[in-house]
Amino acid sequence: MIVANRKPFEEIIKMLKPYSKILLLGCNECVTVCATGGSKEVAVLASEIRLFRQKEGRPVEIKEVTLERNCDSEYVANLKEFIDEYEVVMSMACGCGIQFVGENYLHKVVMPAVNTTFEGVTEQHGVWSERCQGCGNCILDRTLGVCPVTRCAKSILNGPCGGSQEGKCEINKDVPCGWQLIIDRYKEMNMMEKYLEIQPIKDWSSGRDGGPRKRVREDLEI
Amino acid sequence: MRLSYPANVKIIKVPCTGRVDIIHVLKSFENGADGVYLVGCLEGDCHYLTGNQRAKKRVEYLKQVLDECGIGGERVAMYNISSAQGQRFAEIAREMTEKIKALGTSPAKAGK
Repeated sequence: MIVANRKPFEEIIKMLKPYSKILLLGCNECVTVCATGGSKEVAVLASEIRLFRQKEGRPVEIKEVTLERNCDSEYVANLKEFIDEYEVVMSMACGCGIQFVGENYLHKVVMPAVNTTFEGVTEQHGVWSERCQGCGNCILDRTLGVCPVTRCAKSILNGPCGGSQEGKCEINKDVPCGWQLIIDRYKEMNMMEKYLEIQPIKDWSSGRDGGPRKRVREDLEI
Repeated sequence: MRLSYPANVKIIKVPCTGRVDIIHVLKSFENGADGVYLVGCLEGDCHYLTGNQRAKKRVEYLKQVLDECGIGGERVAMYNISSAQGQRFAEIAREMTEKIKALGTSPAKAGK
């Protein structure tokens, strides 16, 4: 899932300062699962904004809407009926959703209430961590399911580096060394011979280095 | 026991303090409350095992939320008593009322 963090309230309230009719938008997908921008978080932020503005003596009208997805036009189209009744859209969806709503309603200002951070997993209730950087050329078969691109701070493909100390990465003692995790897996699976295979230089052009990416499946196009 | 406690305290019954969500308390402030406190079972005595512990964590989070939106985290509190402690219940009601009285009206109402 895509994991996001809510922006500090101070930043949000500053963005909303000129407006008194706000459409506060959430998303039922990833940001709901990571407890950042689902209907619950939309309700809490809306209440916070109302309380703050009541205190300031500048009451605000907020419509709370949570779309099934903000990254698909069929759901984004549902905003059409009422979006013009509001001066501004503040979105708690991920960066994709925020932009897509903006692209579909070019006459509206869409502002972010969250910082989109990474693609990750729910390690335990309330704890999320990064697993994939979308490099576009997966090598998890060679590293037994542990991604060196994501789990190693340097994304090195033949590790570990000298910064690996007692299984931890030098950037932070709480961060496990990605390559230590890979070696542990090799040992566990009795496949240490795989570790001796030198990984060739990776072509990073399939990742972000190659610019914004696009996928087309002509058979699905209407 | 026929104990009296301040009439300004409005009681909302829930099956367990674990049922109370942040939004419920925020709505109370939006609807004009000057302070809100949760009264749960004694720690370790939750009939639903961990409901009161979860409520305690939520109250801590709520304090931050209320601080950032300018209402003030000190306007919420969590107490733990058993259903046999009627005396303490009345005492808490007085204690909380005094505390909120000292803080004054909720800033959300003052700005109206």
